[in-house]
Amino acid sequence: MARIIVVTSGKGGVGKTTTSAAFAMGLAERGFKTVVIDFDVGLRNLDLIMGCERRVVYDFVNVIQGEANVGQALIKDKRNPNLFILPASQTRDKDALSIEGVGKVLEDLGREFEFIVCDSPAGIEKGATLAMYYADDAIVVTNPEVSSVRDSDRMIGILSSKSRRAEQNLEGIREFLLVTRYSPERVQRGEMLALEDVQEILSLELIGVIPESTSVLNASNSGVPVIMDRESSAGQAYSDMVSRYLGEDLPHRFLKVEKKGLLGRLFGG
Amino acid sequence: MALLDYFRQRKTSGSAAIAKERLQILVAHDRRGGGPSYLPQLQHDILKVIRKYVAVDNDAVSVHVEQNGGQEILELNIVLPD
Repeated sequence: MARIIVVTSGKGGVGKTTTSAAFAMGLAERGFKTVVIDFDVGLRNLDLIMGCERRVVYDFVNVIQGEANVGQALIKDKRNPNLFILPASQTRDKDALSIEGVGKVLEDLGREFEFIVCDSPAGIEKGATLAMYYADDAIVVTNPEVSSVRDSDRMIGILSSKSRRAEQNLEGIREFLLVTRYSPERVQRGEMLALEDVQEILSLELIGVIPESTSVLNASNSGVPVIMDRESSAGQAYSDMVSRYLGEDLPHRFLKVEKKGLLGRLFGG
Repeated sequence: MALLDYFRQRKTSGSAAIAKERLQILVAHDRRGGGPSYLPQLQHDILKVIRKYVAVDNDAVSVHVEQNGGQEILELNIVLPD
């Protein structure tokens, strides 16, 4: 049986799709058969971030409505044989998804794959609640910023009440906090919520901290999950996060301001 | 100019502390799921007044509204440090 992970946040633009792409690629790189599903019907973007936008033929909605089978809709990643992408429909709206339809597709995928990563849309509407409904684990993506933290808190509440596990009185969804766009410099200057503050407010287990990094935009520009940029701090932080998800105990990195030399401090740069 | 920035940097009192305080109040309110909209501000103000006299934690003041038949009961709980 596959493990189903939802990447969620409530607020838009905090890095759900970036995280879904990096996390799924990371799992595939460790040898796990992984599929990543875009639940953002009407505003699909995962295909772009994964760099397979020109290979979309059938989509999630086609499969749910029986116009294609799941094998026809899956796109095989060209870089990693373990990774597949199920794109969202760009032309339909979220009502095209149904709880039974999503359940059936996940069940079919569960026979083939070890991990199913669900990239949730922003908001708390149907697409987002369906993305989390069948989840075993949730990664709550949060920026160190007031509206993102508040929305994440709201999402945590919804996770614990509106899921299959909650409705069937099973063990709850395992929830993890992923802080993205973290800037130690701004935290040190007192301009940004510190990691400890975010953790204190949300009280979730921290699975990773992704530092603010130019490599994230570079990666999405070129359609390559940022985890493949091994040189970048963001890529390394995502790799650490995958390891922690798989049970490794790693210290968090990139939390402190890198010390500049005296000359560097005096003359900038 | 970098030299100036270096000295200036030290004394910036950032906005992060304000963000944290606002969030703590807001999140506590969201979790209770309702009550009148002025409750968080009321709680915030009461906390401020108490802090003029005693140093208390952020969560020292809890404000609660209960419906009891036709009556609304405002329950205010203040925990003072021992």
